[in-house]
Amino acid sequence: MADRFVTRGFTGRRDRAGGTADAARRTPPGQYLTTDFPVLSAGPTPRTPLDRWTFTIEGLVREPVTWSWEAFRALPARDWIVDISCVTKWTKLDMRWRGVSVDTLLEGVELGDRAAFVIAWSDGDYTTNLPLSDVLNGQAFVAWEYDGRRLSPEHGGPARLVVPARYFWKSAKWIRGLRIADRDEPGFWESLGYHNRGDQWLEERYGGD
Amino acid sequence: MTSPIAWRLATIAGIRDETPSVKSFGLAIPDWPGHRPGQHVDLRLTAADGYSVERSYSIASEPERAGIVDLTVERIEDGEVSTFLHDVVEIGDRIELRGPIGGYFVWDAAASGPLYLVAGGSGIVPLMAMLRHRARAAVDGRARTGLLFSSRHAEEIIYRAELDGLATAGDGLTVWHTLTRLRPEGWAGYDRRIDERMLAETLEPVGIEARAFICGPTALVETAANALVRLGLPPDRVRTERFGPGGT
Repeated sequence: MADRFVTRGFTGRRDRAGGTADAARRTPPGQYLTTDFPVLSAGPTPRTPLDRWTFTIEGLVREPVTWSWEAFRALPARDWIVDISCVTKWTKLDMRWRGVSVDTLLEGVELGDRAAFVIAWSDGDYTTNLPLSDVLNGQAFVAWEYDGRRLSPEHGGPARLVVPARYFWKSAKWIRGLRIADRDEPGFWESLGYHNRGDQWLEERYGGD
Repeated sequence: MTSPIAWRLATIAGIRDETPSVKSFGLAIPDWPGHRPGQHVDLRLTAADGYSVERSYSIASEPERAGIVDLTVERIEDGEVSTFLHDVVEIGDRIELRGPIGGYFVWDAAASGPLYLVAGGSGIVPLMAMLRHRARAAVDGRARTGLLFSSRHAEEIIYRAELDGLATAGDGLTVWHTLTRLRPEGWAGYDRRIDERMLAETLEPVGIEARAFICGPTALVETAANALVRLGLPPDRVRTERFGPGGT
């Protein structure tokens, strides 16, 4: 490997990494730790009244399923404490959410034999794509609470997908459903130059990384 | 297979004070592939022991400017990168960067029709790239453009003289300022945080057919984006870019 370029005069402020070896170990390459919860989105914040909100699983399933807000909230939920990394460079440790695992949601349907991908879709026409293998076995959940409070619209409420092992754009805000597919289909940011998979530990920020 | 966006070594070719806490850095970048107004770059700083940090910064310059890419950076008191850029970097220094990045918050003069921009503080930077591009592209003056720009104090208005110049060029650009903290004697602009009434008044002469771009702190972006949708702009014509308090 070529010698690394060194920036003249730069020493850095290591305290920004949280000061502990544990925090440093949990911060992916090129990220910095924050204690805020920055808001990033491409357009206006959609607001769907809860009495019109539904969550649907469709596509390559034997029978699509749709939950009302009440029914969705009655699904078996749990607390999740996870580290989140955004492609805009911030990482926040120990974020506490409450929601239902994608595993539990998929128990409500029978997947087709060729099911291999999910496309999460949201109010505001946002989409993001993930291989099924990235969202099963406790790797992804749909949250409606953050830090003990109802998830605010700016942060994706009423409900957002959370996929901690991927950059945060994969954690679709304002989620309304999952479409199961047999082939991959780039979502909103994935079609605009961002990486198709988005693994923050491999620093897969942009297409070709 | 897409090829990666390469890291390049840029040389600092110029440093200019914009306001007491904001500087512009002119970067000479070898083999720069060109950019679209609104896009950003990633900077990477590396210490001798290998410790390194990355940050994203919006490009301030128009694509027509050959050879130099301008970044405009606000100094954040507890920031790790912005303080280094402000306090340490000198002309002739080299900085690693890659880009351009981002394909949604972009505007080209080829997109005909009115343009409506809302900025808060250093959120002006990607919008300035659009306005500089617009001036260079000599757009049809009948395609109205408006900028509503919120700053705290008069001396913190980034690009103030240049914006004044662009607004008097007679090519259909109107600039409205609002100051949220202190107003100088005889201030003729708005004197409060951006609200729906201010947005309605400034959107009106530009027209509801406008494409809107909003960049600034989260609270400003939320207010402006929600209000513009209520005022009748379709959500897909309202594009936003936000930075939180921990953004830089």
